[in-house]
Amino acid sequence: MGLIQQIVFLLVLAIAGYMLYRRISRIRQNILLGKEGKHNDQPSVRSKNMLLVAFGQKKMFKKFIPAFLHLCIYVGFIVINLEVLEFVLAGIFGTHRIFAPTLGSFYTIPINIFEFLAVTVILSCVFFLLRRNVLPIKRFNARELTAWPKLDANIILVVEIILMFAILTMNATDQILQDRPDANYPDTGYLFFSGLFIPLFEGMSTRSLIFVERFAWWFHIIGILGFAIYITYSKHLHIFMAFPQTYYARIAPKGKMDNMPAVTKEVQIMLGAQPENGDDTEAEEVGRFGAKDVNDLDWRDIMGAYACTECGRCTAECPANQTGKKLSPRKIMMDTRDRSEEVGKSLQKGGKGLEDGKSLLDDYIQREEINACTSCNACVEACPININPLAIILQLRRYVAMEEAQSPPAWNAMFSNVENNFAPWKFAPTDRFNWADELADETGGTQKESQE
Amino acid sequence: MADMSAQGQEPEVLFWVGCAGSYDDRYKRVTKAFVKILHKVGVQFAVLGPEETCTGDPARRAGNEFLFQMQAASNIEVLNGYNVKKIVTACPHCFNTIKNEYPELGGNYEVIHHSTFLQQLINEGRIKLQGGGAFNGKKITYHDSCFLGRANNIYEAPREVLEALDADLVEMKRCRTKGFCCGAGGAQMFKDAEAGKKEVNTERTEEALSTGAQTIAVACPFCMTMMSDGVKNKNKEKEVAVKDIAEIIAENEKL
Repeated sequence: MGLIQQIVFLLVLAIAGYMLYRRISRIRQNILLGKEGKHNDQPSVRSKNMLLVAFGQKKMFKKFIPAFLHLCIYVGFIVINLEVLEFVLAGIFGTHRIFAPTLGSFYTIPINIFEFLAVTVILSCVFFLLRRNVLPIKRFNARELTAWPKLDANIILVVEIILMFAILTMNATDQILQDRPDANYPDTGYLFFSGLFIPLFEGMSTRSLIFVERFAWWFHIIGILGFAIYITYSKHLHIFMAFPQTYYARIAPKGKMDNMPAVTKEVQIMLGAQPENGDDTEAEEVGRFGAKDVNDLDWRDIMGAYACTECGRCTAECPANQTGKKLSPRKIMMDTRDRSEEVGKSLQKGGKGLEDGKSLLDDYIQREEINACTSCNACVEACPININPLAIILQLRRYVAMEEAQSPPAWNAMFSNVENNFAPWKFAPTDRFNWADELADETGGTQKESQE
Repeated sequence: MADMSAQGQEPEVLFWVGCAGSYDDRYKRVTKAFVKILHKVGVQFAVLGPEETCTGDPARRAGNEFLFQMQAASNIEVLNGYNVKKIVTACPHCFNTIKNEYPELGGNYEVIHHSTFLQQLINEGRIKLQGGGAFNGKKITYHDSCFLGRANNIYEAPREVLEALDADLVEMKRCRTKGFCCGAGGAQMFKDAEAGKKEVNTERTEEALSTGAQTIAVACPFCMTMMSDGVKNKNKEKEVAVKDIAEIIAENEKL
C-alpha cells in the first residue's frame, strides 16, 4: 500500500474520530440536562446486572428466535471487530494482512470463523428485514413508528448486510490474487465462504482484481467508521448505551416509587416537626415538583431514552396500549430522546435551548397518554435493557398534580376523599370498623373485642 | 390495637385491613374470611380499626406526592406509636407502599401479603387443608396482581395456596411476569379509562373465561372489583365466581 493511501487513511481516521468525539460530547451534555441522581450504590449488583442483561442478553431470551438471531449479529459484530484491528494497522502502517505471515497456517482459522459469522449476520439481517417489513408484527407497525424510525431500522440492517458482503468480496478477490504471480499477496489458506464467490471474479485481470480488493477494503473500513457516526444519531446507539443503561438501572423493587425528599421536608414542617436535617438556613433549590421538561427528569431517564432501541416490547406488553389507548411506553422514550436532541441542537447553535416555549409534556407527550398508565410495570419488565418508561410517566403526573393541580377531576375528587375521609372513597372514617360488627353478627360471637 | 396496647399486650401481627377491606361490601367478605382463618389458627392479631387510614398509594401514583407523604407520616406515627413490628395485609397496594415506600419515611416493619402469610401457615402446618374439599379437582385460574407480581416478585405463594387445595390450577396465557393488569392500578380505579377499543378488565376477563375455569382466584381488592365487573358484563356470574384466596381457603375449611 502506497504512502498516499496511508495518508488518506490517517485523514479519514482523524476526521471520523473528531466527528465521533463531537457527537459523543453532545449526547453526554444532552443526558446531563437531567437532574443529578446518584445511581452507583451496590456496584457488585450493578455489575452483575450489566453482565447478565447487556453482555449476556438475558432478557432477550424471553423470545427465542429473535434472541438467537440478535445474538448472531451481536457476536458477529464483536468478533469481526478483531479483523477491523488488522484493517486499522494495515491502514496506518501500509501493510497487507499483517498477521498472516506471523500466524502462519493458524491465520486461516480465525478468518474462516469471521467469515462464518459474517454469513450468520447476513442471514439474521435478512430475516429481520422480512420480519420488520413483511410479517404482520404489531409492534413494528405502531403509530409512533413514523417514516424516520422505520427507515432508520432498515438502513441499519441493509448497511450491515452490505458491510459483510464487502468482507466476503475482499477475501474472495484476495484468494485469487494469492495465486497470481504478478500480485504478491500473502497466503491466507483456503477461506470457505468467500471461496464460494471466487467464480464471480476469476476471469478478471490482476489489475481489476486488485482494484476490487482495495475498493472492498476501503468500503468496509470507511463503512464501519461512517456507521459508527451514524449510530450516534440512530436508535442503534443501544449497542453502546445498553452497558451504562443496565449498570445504572433501578435495582429497587419495581413497585417502589422514588421518594421526593423536598416534599418530605415540607410535610415535616407542616406537621410541626423539626426537619431531620436541623440546619435549615441553607437555602436549597427545590426546583419543580415533578417533571414538565427533560431537565426535570433524572439524567438516568434521558440516558434510557438514548439507550432505547425502539423494539417496542414495552408497548406490546402495555395493557393500556393493547386495549387501544393512546399510551405507548416506547413513544414516551422516543419523545424524551427527541426533546433532548431538540434542546441539545438548539444549545449547540446558541439558541434558546429549554426556553424555546416548548416542553416534553404537551408538545411531545400528551396528558391522555400519561393518564392511561396503570403503573403495572409490564413495560419495565419487558425492556431487554431495563429501561423504565414508568419513571418518566410518574414524574410527569407529579408535575400535573402538584404544580398545576390539573389532574383529571375524578382524581382530584379522590384526593379530597383521602384528605377529608382518609380513604379514596367517600365513606365516614368512623365506619371503617363496621365489618367487625358484621362478623360478630355472623358468627354470633364477640370477636370484635378480641381484635381491638 | 388501642385496647391491646392499653392492656400492655403486643400482638403477633397487625392486620392492615385497607380501605377496600373496610368499606367495599364485596371485599369486606375477604376481610372477614381472613379474620376467620386467623381465629381458627389462633394467630394473635390486632387491627387499627378507626385509626387506620389510606396508605396514600393512589394519591402517590396519581402524582400527588404531598398527600401521599401526609398520609404516610400520620400512618407511620400511629404504627410506630404502637411499636408495630409485623404487618399482614390482603391489599397488594397497601403491601407495596408500606413495605417499599414507608421505610424511607421512617416506617420500618416486616410486611407480608396475606397470600404469603397463608402459604406460611400451610407450610408450618397451622392450616391443615382437608383434601377433597369444595375445590377438589375444580378448575381455578389465578390472576396475577401487578403490585404483588412484577412489583414485588410474589408469583408462587398464591399459586401454592391454590395447589394445596388439590384444585386444577390452569394458567392464562399471560401470567406471572407477563401477567396482564386488571386495569385498576396506578389510581385508574378512581377514574374512567381513557378512550380506547376496549376496557382493560374486559380483555382480561375474556382471557380468564377462555381457560374454562369455574373460579377466578385473585389476591387484590382492585383485581377483585375489575374481574367481578368483567364477569358480570359477560353475564357469566352464575357460572364463574371471582374469589380471593383467603375466601377460597375459608370456604374449603367451611369457616
